[in-house]
Parts: sequence; structure tokens; C-alpha cells
Amino acid sequence: MALPSTNDIIEDLEFFDDWEERYKYIIELGEDMPKLPAPLHTQERLVKGCQSNVWIDAKITEGVFYFEVESDAIIVRGLLALVMAAYDQKTAAQIHAFDIDQYFKALDLEQHISPTRGNGLRAIVAKIQALAASQL
Amino acid sequence: MASPYIETALCRHGDSLTMSFDVYEIRQQFPILSRTVHNKPLVYLDNAATTQKPQVVIDALVDYYSNYNSNVHRGAHSLADEATRKYEGARDTIAEFIQANNRREVIWTTGTTESINIVAHGLAQMLTCDDQVLVTEMEHHANLVTWQQACKASGASLVIAPIDDDGELIIDQYLALINNNTRLAALPHASNALGSLNPIKELTTEIKKRSDNSALVLIDGAQGIAHSLVNVQEIGCDFYAFSSHKLYGPTGIGVLWGKEQLLESWPVWQTGGEMIAEVTYTDAKWNTLPYRLEAGTPNIAGVIGFGAAVSWYAKLDLKAVLAHEEKVLSYATQLAADFTGLTVIGSAAKKVPVLSFVMDRGHPADIGFILDRQGVAIRTGHHCAEPLMNRLNIPGTARASFALYNTCEEVDALFNALKKVKQMLA
Ligand SMILES: Cc1ncc(COP(=O)(O)O)c(C=O)c1O
Repeated sequence: MALPSTNDIIEDLEFFDDWEERYKYIIELGEDMPKLPAPLHTQERLVKGCQSNVWIDAKITEGVFYFEVESDAIIVRGLLALVMAAYDQKTAAQIHAFDIDQYFKALDLEQHISPTRGNGLRAIVAKIQALAASQL
Repeated sequence: MASPYIETALCRHGDSLTMSFDVYEIRQQFPILSRTVHNKPLVYLDNAATTQKPQVVIDALVDYYSNYNSNVHRGAHSLADEATRKYEGARDTIAEFIQANNRREVIWTTGTTESINIVAHGLAQMLTCDDQVLVTEMEHHANLVTWQQACKASGASLVIAPIDDDGELIIDQYLALINNNTRLAALPHASNALGSLNPIKELTTEIKKRSDNSALVLIDGAQGIAHSLVNVQEIGCDFYAFSSHKLYGPTGIGVLWGKEQLLESWPVWQTGGEMIAEVTYTDAKWNTLPYRLEAGTPNIAGVIGFGAAVSWYAKLDLKAVLAHEEKVLSYATQLAADFTGLTVIGSAAKKVPVLSFVMDRGHPADIGFILDRQGVAIRTGHHCAEPLMNRLNIPGTARASFALYNTCEEVDALFNALKKVKQMLA
């Protein structure tokens, strides 16, 4: 299933007023996202957070990035789906132009990508941004 | 001293009132316990990481900085005298609390980690390639990496004693690993990740016997100090390391207790001011104990705060305190057993109040996050014991750890919050 756009996600999340509903929605987004097959959970794809691990596989075809991501934590997987909505199937220029901090702020989830949070999300974002920068 | 372990029945709410320890009264002394998190009353169950501080400790820190802040040992004025008196008074308080032979055996450090490093740093200079250092599978990194590196630097071997699936040290296998080449055995009083409480007195006796007294014994007391009645002379160990912040005192201060005759000649740790007796441009003579192992201006406020914490703690009916903690743990253990989809990690017969667990669905990080939203603070992850998690074949655990101020109502709050974890991750 294709992920909703970042604008749709922002709108959807505005609709819920309690944290439980919000996180259930995020968890579901994560569950709908295709899984990164287990054989691809390799050391090179691993981004170690101190709480949970995330893996990322990146391909580039005709200037467009295709990412597959995975986490061993369910909520982090959901948060990764939010990141994928922003970055998957985008060009280096689009990735570079996207303000991820502003996006997480709009989602009222900025705590999750703060550098002090040990869930690997910030590291994934940095990795994607570096990949994009190398293509600019 | 008698074993701190007292058999207790399942927790019934409110019955703590009948004992000589009133948990509800104690809670009033901890200002932080009345705050909220995400609009829910804080349920603080991360005490193995650090405990909260009672008002008397906070007051002692404020009093020092407000009224007699000054450097110690070197002033020619009243404030310096006052600060030195309080600072050295704290040393007496702690020496008495752990039943040290004398105050010179109490060395201030920044915490358990530094205490162990002082011993490992010195030992590394004495080890040869025939020597062995014995540790266990349940170590915190602080009591593992230190020895691992000391062994690497000296060519000695690091020997790891196994635990069983309950998280208990396998005693006969442990003892079989001791021999004449064992130079030091380092073991935790209790495991921070699993709670297992080791029979350190009996083990120390056996280590000494089986090594023909060649082995020194260091106890990592980080998790033991607040949950048992520590008497270092009775234990018979050579070193006992602990941190103030896990015993209701400030962070950044701790103790290395060691036998005087060992500390007297132990290689100096850091060099500089305070630790010297005489200095020329080309040489220096070391000060006497305890100062020879305490270089530079110490954490004066920390020491004074720690002294206040121990004075406060030692006045409590500690047998009743430990019985209360044991009761809260057995209540939590009972609820955990009845909770489907939850597996307790670490079920040693004797435990400090630590309940580590995993759930069928959900990573420890998920559990921690959803609990936090409900005001319940726990720790998740590998608990600075990565090799132990690998040994148990788990990525980590969720860990609720209790202190004297936790109640059975808070255990109920934990398990109610866990129901929501199950619901949300279903
Ligand atoms: C068993 C054990 N050893 C050592 C330490 C290290 O203590 P500190 O960080 O206070 O130096 C801890 C702290 O969590 C611990 O639980």
C-alpha cells in the first residue's frame, strides 16, 4: 500500500485529539509499509540506536531514491513510515528541499527526532540527507 | 548481621502503615514524587538507574552553596573550616554506615565506575600473563570493560563465570574457576539488569580459600548498597564500590571502600593537588590515605549531600525498609505471573527489587514509550549489559525497579499501564 502524502498525514493527525489515537494511527502506517526482508537486515544497513535498531536499504534509479526501512520497535517503525512519506521515491533535490524538522513539528512529534532520542530516527534522517547531498 | 531477606506475604494495600516504616510518610519527603508527567501522576520505577532525592539532601546542597561554600583542607578562614568539617564528617558517616574499619578506607570517587577503574588501573600494573581475573556473565559494563581492558593491557586472562537461565550465578561452576592464578574476582552484589542478589559473603570466603588467598575480591555494590545491610568487614571482601545517586544522594559522587593496607600501597590513580605530601620539580611523594587516591578539588557539595542522604537513610528502620521493598517486588512478581504475554527475565531466588521483562508483542522501547505517556517511568534497553543480553538471547528488557518510596498502588498503576501497551500493540 502506498503511503499517504506528508500533507495528508499532517491533516489526519490533526483530527485526533488523544495520544492513543495518534499513536495507533502511526503504528498502522508502519504496519502498512512493506517490510524490509530479514536477509537484508545486515550490518551495513543497520543504524544502531541505543534503544532500538533500524535498518535502511537505499537504491537510486534514474535520479529517484527508493528506500526500504525496518525497525525492531513497532512505534519506531510507524515513525519511519512518516519519514518515508517524506523521502521515498523522491529526487535528491526534493529530499534536500524538504524541511523534516518543520514536518515533525507540524505533526507535534518533534520529540522523536530530537538528537537526544536514542531511537535511530535522527540517524536515518541524517543518512538519507547525506545520500541525497552526494547526488546534488 | 542477619540476612536482609525477610519472607513476606503478598502485598495488601495499606498494611505498610502497621510497620515501623510508613511509605506514605516517606513519600512526602520526596518533592519530585508529587509531580505529573503527561498530566498523569508520576510513577517513578527507574530507581536502579538513579533514585530520587529527599528534601534533606536538597536542603544540604542549598545550605552548602548558600552558607559555607569554600574549598576544603586548605583555607585559612572560617568558611573553609566549616566546609572541611562537614566534608570530613560525611566520610565518618559513610565509614560507619558500611562498617569500615576506619575513615581512611573511604575514598571519594565520582561513582561506582570510577571506583572500579581505580582498582583496575592499579591491578593492570601488577598483572602478568599467567594471571586471571574472574568476572560473571551478569556484569554491568562498568565491572566488565574495566577488567577486560586491564587484562588486555597486561596479557592476563579474563575468565567469565556462567549464570543459569534464571539469572543466578552457578555456584559450583563459579568456584571451579578459582585457582592460584586468580588475582582478582570482581562480582556484582546484585545485577542491575536482572535483580539477582549474589551471596557475596559466602563467595568471598570461598574465593579466598580456593585461591590460597592470592585473589583479591571486589564487589560492585552499585545495586547492593540500597537494598541490603552492607557490612564490609563481615563480607570480607577487599574492595566495595558504590554510587551516591543510587542511595538517595546526589550524582557525581561515590565511594571506593578498600582495606587500609591495600589502599596504602595501591598505585595512585590521578596525580595533582591534594594527593601529594611533598613536591619538587623532579619528584613527588604521595599523601597518606584517604587523600593519596583523591587528586584535585573534590565534589564538595556532592560529598556533603551524600553524607546527608546516608545520615537520613541510616536513621530509618532499615529492616522494615527492606521488607517493604521485598513486599512490593513480590506483589509485582505475582501480577507479572498473571499477566499473559509477559515474561519475567531474571527469577533468581534472592533478588533486589528489580522486575525485568519482555512482552510477546512489542519491543522494550515500545513498552517504555507507552508507559511514559501514562506517567510510568521505567528503563528499557540492554541496561549497560550487552553481553548479558546476548547470553539471554534478547535485545533488551523493560525494567521496573523499586525504591523504598514505591507502593503497591504504583505496581497496580504499572500493570494497568501495561494493559494499554498490549491493547495498542495488539
Ligand atoms: C551493577 C552496576 N554497576 C555499576 C554501575 C555504574 O554506576 P555509576 O554509573 O554510578 O558509576 C551501575 C549503574 O547503573 C550498576 O547498576
